[in-house]
Amino acid sequence: MEELVKLTIDGKQVEVPAGTLVINAAKAAGIEIPAFCYYDGLALQAACRMCLVEVKKAPKLLTACTLVAQPGMVVHTETPAVVEARKAMLEFLLTNHPLDCPVCDKGGECELQDMVFRYGAGESRFLEQKVHTEEKQFSPLVYFDAPRCILCYRCVRICDEGLGVKALGVVHRGVYTEIGPNRGDHLECDECGMCIDICPVGALTSGRYRYKTRPWEMQHVGTICAHCSNGCKTTLGVRNDAIIRANNRDRSGLNGEFLCVKGRFGFDFVEHPERLRTPLVREGGELRPVNWMQAVALVARRFEEIRARGGRIGVIGSNRTTNEENYCLQKFARQVLGTNHIDHHRTGDVVALVDALAGRTGALATTGDLYRTRAALVIAADLAQQQPFLAFQLRANWRHHGLRLYAVTPGPVREEQYAVRSVRCRPGEELAAVEGLAAELKGEPELVILFGDAVKGELVHRLVAFGDSLGIPVKYVCLVDYANSRGAADMGLLPDLLPGYRPVAEAGLERGMALPEILAAPDLDALWVVGANPLKDAPLASTAAFVVVQDLFLTETARRADVVLPAASAYEKTGTFTNVCGEIQQLRKAIDFPGAKTDLEIFGLLARAMRAEIGPANPEKVFEEIRATVPGYNVALPVLAAGGAAPSSPQNGRVPVEWRPELIRSARDTLFRSGTLGRYSQALNSVTEAPGELYRG
Amino acid sequence: MLYNEPHPLEVRVLTRRFGLPNSQSIDTYLATDGYVGFRKALEMPPERIIEEVKISNLRGRGGAGFPAGLKWSFVPRESPKPKYVVVNADEGEPGTCKDRVLMENDPHQLLEGMLIAARAVGAETGYIYIRGEYRYIIEILDRAIEEAYARGYLGRNILGTGMNFDVYTHTGAGSYECGEESALLESLEGKRGQPRIRPPFPAVSGAFGCPTVLNNVETFCAVPAILRDGGAAFAALGTPRNGGTRLFALSGHVNRPGVYELPMGFNLLRMIEEVGGGIRGGRKLKAVIPGGTSCPILKAEECDVAMDFDSVAKAGSMLGSGGVIVMDETTDMVKVAVRVMRFYQHESCGWCVPCREGTIWLRKILERLDAGRGQPSDIDLVAEISRNMLGRTFCPLGDAAAMPTISYVQKFREEFEARLPKKVAVETPLVVV
Repeated sequence: MEELVKLTIDGKQVEVPAGTLVINAAKAAGIEIPAFCYYDGLALQAACRMCLVEVKKAPKLLTACTLVAQPGMVVHTETPAVVEARKAMLEFLLTNHPLDCPVCDKGGECELQDMVFRYGAGESRFLEQKVHTEEKQFSPLVYFDAPRCILCYRCVRICDEGLGVKALGVVHRGVYTEIGPNRGDHLECDECGMCIDICPVGALTSGRYRYKTRPWEMQHVGTICAHCSNGCKTTLGVRNDAIIRANNRDRSGLNGEFLCVKGRFGFDFVEHPERLRTPLVREGGELRPVNWMQAVALVARRFEEIRARGGRIGVIGSNRTTNEENYCLQKFARQVLGTNHIDHHRTGDVVALVDALAGRTGALATTGDLYRTRAALVIAADLAQQQPFLAFQLRANWRHHGLRLYAVTPGPVREEQYAVRSVRCRPGEELAAVEGLAAELKGEPELVILFGDAVKGELVHRLVAFGDSLGIPVKYVCLVDYANSRGAADMGLLPDLLPGYRPVAEAGLERGMALPEILAAPDLDALWVVGANPLKDAPLASTAAFVVVQDLFLTETARRADVVLPAASAYEKTGTFTNVCGEIQQLRKAIDFPGAKTDLEIFGLLARAMRAEIGPANPEKVFEEIRATVPGYNVALPVLAAGGAAPSSPQNGRVPVEWRPELIRSARDTLFRSGTLGRYSQALNSVTEAPGELYRG
Repeated sequence: MLYNEPHPLEVRVLTRRFGLPNSQSIDTYLATDGYVGFRKALEMPPERIIEEVKISNLRGRGGAGFPAGLKWSFVPRESPKPKYVVVNADEGEPGTCKDRVLMENDPHQLLEGMLIAARAVGAETGYIYIRGEYRYIIEILDRAIEEAYARGYLGRNILGTGMNFDVYTHTGAGSYECGEESALLESLEGKRGQPRIRPPFPAVSGAFGCPTVLNNVETFCAVPAILRDGGAAFAALGTPRNGGTRLFALSGHVNRPGVYELPMGFNLLRMIEEVGGGIRGGRKLKAVIPGGTSCPILKAEECDVAMDFDSVAKAGSMLGSGGVIVMDETTDMVKVAVRVMRFYQHESCGWCVPCREGTIWLRKILERLDAGRGQPSDIDLVAEISRNMLGRTFCPLGDAAAMPTISYVQKFREEFEARLPKKVAVETPLVVV
């Protein structure tokens, strides 16, 4: 039981855990103590002097952000002396501030504006010339306007403490003090843009957003990032059906304030000029635009025809489409097309993990567990590059709770900055290296193990057996690549499993062909690819196959297609994603993209054209069906509706399938690459030159 | 070399070796009771050493005047961490140059003081953080340190007692702020020289997060005499609660400027008249800054004051670092205010808002006033900006800029008013019919 301390703030009796800062004790009592430099979870600065309060028996005003609540302390936050001090600080801040609010990006959502509005003076007494310096561009995505800066050092701290990157520092002295890159005149960093969001004023601005709009002209749509598997909430600023920016300044969602470069800047693929706006049909060897009715009718006719003659149809699903779409796709394939040759690009062996954990509950770690666990083991994964939020979460855990991290990796990883133990191993020898840590790991009270695609098939079982041998509670995260990679497996985009990891035999089906087998089958009659680009890496053996592709762009696969159907992106639809930790979150539609349809709509159109019944093509209705039929997905709807993350719990029993470790292959995207979407993001392309190795260690 | 002739009124404890041939050498030092205090300290339990320093009423000579013995007693001896002795030799206060002569003329006295402190708290490493401008003194110190190693006063197993102590000199890079103890430690650790949040104080968490004794050069230099002759004897030299002597750097419009060691509580007027030989050119005294530019100025009629921490505080100023700046009747107080503010504006580290923005604002107003482009409201504004800084800055630098400025405006307001532009009659506007 933690010790409580009683103190009085503005006449209110407040009881807080020992060690609480007065600024937070006041917050708990509903009293706001203003501050710029204080930021939850980052080191204390006491630099802005806004939080000065009067404390009984103290000879002068004290900063509430560094003052630890003591029993019997009597604090006043609104005395004339305090009010006057705040007013003075704001006056000081405004003296050299350019007051260019009418053209400043932050205007309308600026903490300095808010503070002056609430606590500041109505007039200026400053007659002197202001200190001015020119604006600087730190990187393609980060601009810095020093005169606007109030030197709260939040950006420096989030970069150093939060990310471990240390790209930003402080240069010069006194009133000429500036924030600056630590290496030369430009940033060599993650380009995450955390510094921009955390900036209380308009000093750090986004290269993609600056001078584009006023904040109040946008609608703010909280949805889930379309890129990696971490499932960060990102709030899209939308104006006139265009996404202007993405951020998460309200710190909501499982990721709090965190977003990486993809979540914050990588949304611009939606407006890439090469985005498909109309269906294409191959005529005389050329893909020509047709209308939706013609395209759907053609696909329906060919599918019916091939089905009628018992032809072989292969279906390749996506790591990026919603659970609802994945569910419908496998249902369509199995019930309407009568094929079980269905698969997707598997980036981690979730199936083996679910199988290995059969018979136990709560053994899959959530993103929250990563922040709370006392110890973690990272195997064969470069989290900072591939799972940026998980990396941030573990680092925050280390900073706040002293997480003990063990890393077993083939190459250098950023986690080594703070790992209690880091072991280098040759690829393929990861588990042997992990087993060498048994004695140390046994001393930990609990453990979360995160493993990459090097641990698959039988190795997953060996890893879980190793976890069991430690004699401590162990949870697991099977790392996967993309926004709904986990959901694709959960929804049964597999030739041997139905949704919820139920064997296909339950539905009276034979095991179908896996992805490489589909591509290699010389007698394949049709290939239906939804949101994937398998022909980038392997050729299609069957030259006669009728190929249908649903995608945003004319990918390598789409170029081979007979019919290309332009699909809506994750930002243009509703539905749910399941992140790497199995947490289900809801997408909210931000914009309409003319010409494109969601994959779910397309399935509905095809079903109608084929006079087949797969249920309404409505995400809510489909999710109802998923909740009712897929084990582990019966989650509370209000949690999702409120923007929360609902942990799923996959079926608790053996998954009797043949291990196919050769099918598991991560794309090994870096921070600046993101499969097809990344190729069409100007923002990501603008920073790919940034030397990703430099900032490590 | 000495910069000024000694004066018969001086009580020479810390400066007793000044002027001796080869006063820097360990031979001279040993021949004149050198390391006697340390040898005594080696015989004493550590608590007794601290007790003796407490009895001496030695107060920190850097400016704040915190009792040195008390400060040492805060160091947790039982802590498993290494402990450090750090000397603040970043003498940067305008008007102050006492540490310079102490290190220049008698470096071993400083080393002995450090050794005694190390013995008292169980430290094995000492750093002398010295301002970069004192480069030639670093050489003197390094030579002295070498000698001490050679004679077994530093290093492993000192004098066969099993005590270990290493001393290093470390240069500052020319920032006044690094004389503030926590900024000094940051700088010593290789970081940007800006102050730390306190508590914890250096005694508990100082250099590299370890318990640290951090004192001014002069404070350490007083310690050998305290151990040698006893704390009581040292205390008796001064006034109650203000033990010993103090080095005053007497400068400005006096006939004999220089560094003089006088007992604590020595009368300021007497210091100017007798020790300093009176005001230059027989002019009248106008004002005195008693302890470096951070201290509020005293008008001539306020100068009949005993120079100890408590009496000067009662007179509305501070004893500070002992830099006594004397000004005669020809002194332009607006120019003084401008010059002082220029210094603080230049040296403000920029960490906290009121100091960073306040000093530049004040400097600009004062420069404008000085140039005859002031407005009547400027004078009150200067005082108000200063008051808005006072007590609200992160470290004492803001106070050091604000306090004296308030005193200039309050005490010499008429000079500021005289600088305002004369009212010009507004011409009747031409009326075009």
